Amino acid sequence: MAEKINKEKDCSTFGLRKINMIADKKNIAIPDFRHTAPVDQVGVEERASRFTKRSIKKETKLNGLLLALNMIDLTTLEGKDSDGKVKQLCYKAMHLHDAYPGLPTVAAICVYPSMVKVAKAALGDSGIKVAAVATAFPSGQSSRAVKLSDTRFALANGADEIDMVISRGKFLQGEYNYVFDEIAAIKDACGDTRLKVILETGELGTYDKVRKASEIAMYAGADFIKTSTGKISPAATMPVTLVMLEAIRDFYYATGKRIAMKPAGGISKSKLALYYLVMLNEVLGEAWMNNHWFRFGASSLANDILMQLEKERTGVYQSPNYFSID
Amino acid sequence: MSISSSRLEILKTYKVYIGGQFPRTESGRYYIASNKKGLALANVCLCSRKDFKDSVVAARNAFAGWSSRAAFNRGQILYRIAEMLEGRKAQFVEELTKQDLTKAAAIAEVESCIDRLIYYSGWCDKFQQIFSAVNPVASSHFNFSVPEPMGVVAAVAPQNTSLLGLVSLIAPIIAGGNTIIILGSTQMPLSAITFAEVLHSSDLPGGVVNILTGKVSELLPYFAEHMDVNAVAFCEPDNAAQQLLKDKAAMNMKRVIIKDDMKWSTATAQSPYMIMDFQEIKTTWHPIENIGGAKAGY
Amino acid sequence: MIFWISLIITIKIERMSKAIKKNTIQLKFDSARVYEPALESKSAAKIKPVYDLFINGKFEKPLSKKYFNTINPASEEILSSVAMAGKADVNKAVLAARNAYERTWKKMPAAERAKYIYRIARMIQEKAREFAIIETLDGGKPIRESRDFDVPTAANHFFYYAGWADKLEYAFPNRKAMPLGVAGQIIPWNFPLLMAAWKIAPALATGNTVVLKPAETTPLTALKLAEIIQEADLPPGVVNIITGAGATGADMVNHPDINKIAFTGSTAVGKIIQRAIAGTNKKATLELGGKAANIIFDDAPLDQAVEGVINGIFFNQGHVCCAGSRLYVQESVYEQVIQKLKDRMETLIVGNPMDKNTDVGAINSREQLATIQRYIKLGNQEGAEMYQSACALPKKGFFCKPTIFTNVAQSNRIAQEEIFGPVLAIQSFRTDDEVIEKANNTAFGLSAGIWTDKGSKIFNLTSKMRAGVVWANTYNKFDPTSPFGGYKESGYGREGGLHGLFPYVKLV
Repeated sequence: MAEKINKEKDCSTFGLRKINMIADKKNIAIPDFRHTAPVDQVGVEERASRFTKRSIKKETKLNGLLLALNMIDLTTLEGKDSDGKVKQLCYKAMHLHDAYPGLPTVAAICVYPSMVKVAKAALGDSGIKVAAVATAFPSGQSSRAVKLSDTRFALANGADEIDMVISRGKFLQGEYNYVFDEIAAIKDACGDTRLKVILETGELGTYDKVRKASEIAMYAGADFIKTSTGKISPAATMPVTLVMLEAIRDFYYATGKRIAMKPAGGISKSKLALYYLVMLNEVLGEAWMNNHWFRFGASSLANDILMQLEKERTGVYQSPNYFSID
Repeated sequence: MSISSSRLEILKTYKVYIGGQFPRTESGRYYIASNKKGLALANVCLCSRKDFKDSVVAARNAFAGWSSRAAFNRGQILYRIAEMLEGRKAQFVEELTKQDLTKAAAIAEVESCIDRLIYYSGWCDKFQQIFSAVNPVASSHFNFSVPEPMGVVAAVAPQNTSLLGLVSLIAPIIAGGNTIIILGSTQMPLSAITFAEVLHSSDLPGGVVNILTGKVSELLPYFAEHMDVNAVAFCEPDNAAQQLLKDKAAMNMKRVIIKDDMKWSTATAQSPYMIMDFQEIKTTWHPIENIGGAKAGY
Repeated sequence: MIFWISLIITIKIERMSKAIKKNTIQLKFDSARVYEPALESKSAAKIKPVYDLFINGKFEKPLSKKYFNTINPASEEILSSVAMAGKADVNKAVLAARNAYERTWKKMPAAERAKYIYRIARMIQEKAREFAIIETLDGGKPIRESRDFDVPTAANHFFYYAGWADKLEYAFPNRKAMPLGVAGQIIPWNFPLLMAAWKIAPALATGNTVVLKPAETTPLTALKLAEIIQEADLPPGVVNIITGAGATGADMVNHPDINKIAFTGSTAVGKIIQRAIAGTNKKATLELGGKAANIIFDDAPLDQAVEGVINGIFFNQGHVCCAGSRLYVQESVYEQVIQKLKDRMETLIVGNPMDKNTDVGAINSREQLATIQRYIKLGNQEGAEMYQSACALPKKGFFCKPTIFTNVAQSNRIAQEEIFGPVLAIQSFRTDDEVIEKANNTAFGLSAGIWTDKGSKIFNLTSKMRAGVVWANTYNKFDPTSPFGGYKESGYGREGGLHGLFPYVKLV
C-alpha cells in the first residue's frame, strides 16, 4: 500500500503542517517537535527490568525462540566485507542448522550497498530480504545529494529494504525540520520499499531525546524505527526499545498508522531476545508479533538461539563447536 | 605449622595492593622489616613515587563507581570485610605477635579492628541522616544540604600499630564513599599487606583501597603535591612533616586532615565525625510554586 | 499452551491494516497473559505440620491447648496447624520478655546487641528462597514479589537497624536514649515477614524485648523467623512469637506489664487499641489504613505515571495500606491516561501465586474477597462505570480481577472508604488547587503520589499533601532508611530511618 507525502515547501519555520496520505485520505497534523512527551528515566528502567522477571519455559520458550530466529536481520557491516563473505553469510541465512529440521529462515540479510547485488544473487528465491544500509552509514555526515545517491544505488541493485541514519548532529543542534525533511526525502526516493530509520540512540543522550527522534521519524514517513547502527556503544537496550515502542503505540492511537521496530546491536543471547519479545507483546500486542513489524539486528544471536533450540530438543547444554560460524 | 619438622615452610612474599591486584613495587627496591630485637621478618617493598602515582590512577578510576553505589551496599561490603577478618583472626594474631605484641594484645587489636569495621559498616547509610539538613530558607525554595565524598584520599597510617591504625583510617574514609591510598607503618608493615588480602576477598572493588609500604619521609611530599588527590590524612605528631604537608597541599587546595592525638585503641577513636572529616557539603536550591491552600511547609 | 500465534514456520507478510477511526483502534493483549506455567518448586521450603508458640527461646505447647489452621488462599489447602495463644500464654510470653529485658538484654553492651541483629539479617539472606516460598503459600502474594521485594527488604531492615544499636547517642542530641522495656507488637497479613522486620528490628536495636503476634491468616514466616532467632542464639525471651487471633491481640494490649504497643492494621482496630490503653502509661504507635490519592498532571511522563498507578493499586493485590486507591487525572490528558491504564491492565497476569509470571496473586482470605466484592457491587450501584481486565481467574482459591471505576464522584463511598483490594476509583480535575483540596479531603493521610515533569510543582504539591509519605514521579517505594507512617486517621509514629527510633526510646 503506497503512501505519498505531499508537503508544503516551507522548510524553515516550525508549526503545524499537513500530510496527505493518499491511501486513506486522512490528514495527520504534524506536531511541534520542540515539545515532545517527557520520559522519566527511573520509571522506564524499572518497567524494562520487570520484563526480565518473566519466566519463559517449555512451549512458550520454543515458540519464542523460533519466532526470534525468524525476526533476525542477519548482519555484516565491515570494511573488509567481500563477495565471498557475503555469499557465505547468505548461505547461512538459508541453512541456519540443517541438522534441526523445520527451522524457519531469518527475515533478512543486512549489508552495505556495494554488497546488495551479490546478496540478491546468493539468496535467489528464498524469500529472505536484502536490507541495505545507506545515507553515508554509519555517521550520516554528508550532503543530501550523496545520501540520496547512496540510497538509489542500493535500490537499483535490488535492495528490498533501506536502513538509513538520521543526522544526529543536526538533531542535537535543534534543527528538527532538517532531520524531518531528510527522512521524508529518503522515503520519497524509496517509494514502496520499506524504510528503516536509525536513530543511533547511543548518541542522543536521554530517553526524552529518543522519544523526540522517534516521533520525527514516524511523522516523516519511516516504516521502521531502529535503535542503532551497531557501531557504537551503547547500542540497543531494553529501556530505549521500550521508549520507542511506547512512541509507536501513541502514534498508532493518534493516526491509525502502524510502524515497525528494530532494536539492533547488543542482543546476542536468546534469553535477552525472549525478554524483548515479552516487552513487544505487552506494549503493542499480538499484531506486532511477526517479522513484518519487528526485527532483531543481530549476528551472533542466531547461533545462540540454535544452541537453545538444540538444548530444548536434546535436554543437554550445547557447545558452540557444533554450530557453524560464517 | 608443619606436622613433621623436616617440612620446609613456604615463606610469604609481601607485595603491595594497587587497583585490586598485588604487584611488586615498580622500583624493585626493598627494605627489611624486623622486630625490636633486630630479627628479620620479611623483605618488604620500598615503594616509590611511581607506585603512588599508579595508586592514584587506580583510586580515581574506582571513585565514580564506589561513590555512586547505594550507601547500603557499602555497608554490606564493610560488614563482609569484618567477616573475612574474623575468619582470619588466628593468622593476624600470629603476625602481630611476630611484630612484638603479646598474644593478649594481639587478640585485642584484631578484635578491635573487626568491631570497628562493623561499627563503620553501620554508619554507611546513617551518617547522612545525622549530618544532612533541609534548610528552612526565607524564600520559596526547597533547600537541602547533603554530605558528599571528597574523592581520592592519600593517607599515612598511624605508625605505631601494624593493623589498628590502618583499619581506623580506611573504614571511615571508604564508608563515606571516598577511595584511598594508604601507606602502612614503616616499622610494622606486615599486617597492612595481609589486610589487603582480606579486602581482596570481600567484594570490595579494585582500586577503592590501595595499600603501599615504604618510608614516610620519602613518600609524604608526593602525597602532598599530587594534583589529582583531593585530601590527605596524617597522624604523627611531627610538626615539620605537618607543615610540609600543609604547604604543598596548597597547590590544589587539598584538604589536610591531621589526627595526631587519637588513642586508636579506645572507643574515642571511632565516630561519625571521622567520616565527616572526609566529606564535602553540597547545598541545592529548587523553587517551590505556591498554588492552592496553606502550606504544610519544609 | 502456546504463547505466541504460530505463524513461525513460514514467513508470512501480514497485510498492513488500513487506518481506522481513532476510537476503534484497539491493541490486543490476550496472548500477553498466557505463558507456560513457570512454577517455583516448593521443595526448598520446609513447613512443619504443627507449630507451637515461640516463648523464651523454645517452641512451647499452648496452655490454651488450642490450635487453628492456616491455609493457602490460592488453593484453599491447609498448610499447617498453629497454636492459639490464650491469656495464660500471653502472660507467659510477656513474663519471658520482661525477664530477658531486666536480666540480659538491658545490660548487654550495645555493640554486642547489634551483632545478634546482624546475624538475623544474614540468616534471612541465606534462607531467602525458603522464606519467599512460605510467604507466597501462606499469604497468596506472587512469588516474584516475595522473592524480589518482601524478603530482601525485610533482611535489609534488620541490617539497617543493627547498625543503630551502638550509635543512639548521635540520634538524639542532648538526650540519652533509654529503652522502654517490653514491646507488644501486632502485625497484619499483607506483608507478614516485612512487617515483622519493621517491628522487631528497631525494638531490639534500641534495647527493648518483644512479644510479637503475627496475623491470623499469615503466621508461617514469623514462625520461620523464630527458627532463625533460635539459630542466631539470641538470648531466650528477647523475642517471643505467639500466634493467635483478635483475642490474643486484645490480651496483649491489655497486659499491664507491656510498656509499648505497636500495631499495624485497620483504623477501626487502631481506635479500639487507643481507647484500651488510655489512662495507662503504655506508649503506642499505630500504622493504620489509607485512601491515597495518585495525581497525574498533564505534563507528567504518562507511560511511567500509568505504570506507577498500576503498581500503586494492583500489586500485592491492592492489600497495601498506602495503596494509591484514588486517581485524579488532569482533564486534558484524561482520555489518554484511561486508555493506557486499560491497555496495561490487560497485560496483568492474575493466577497461581507460585507461578513466577503471576503479577496479581490471591486475595488473602475469603472474608477479604467478600469485602472487596461488596465494594465493587457498591461502586456499580453508586453510578460509577466499571472496567475489569479480560483475564481468566483460577477456579479454586480467592481471586479478584483488577478493577477500575471511572465516572466517580468525591462523595461516592468507593472514593472514601478503604477497600484493600485491586479496585481503583478515578476522577478528573482541572486545576492545582482543586486537586490539592480533593486529595486532602479524606480522614486518612498515609500517602500520596504526584506525577508531573515540573520541579517547582513537585515541591508545591508534596509540601501541601496532608500525608506522611509523598511519592513524586514514583510510587510504593520503601527503604529501611526512609521513615514511613501517617497523618490523621492513618495513625501516628514512624517506622524506618532515624525517626523510626523515636517510638522505642525514652529520652532522658
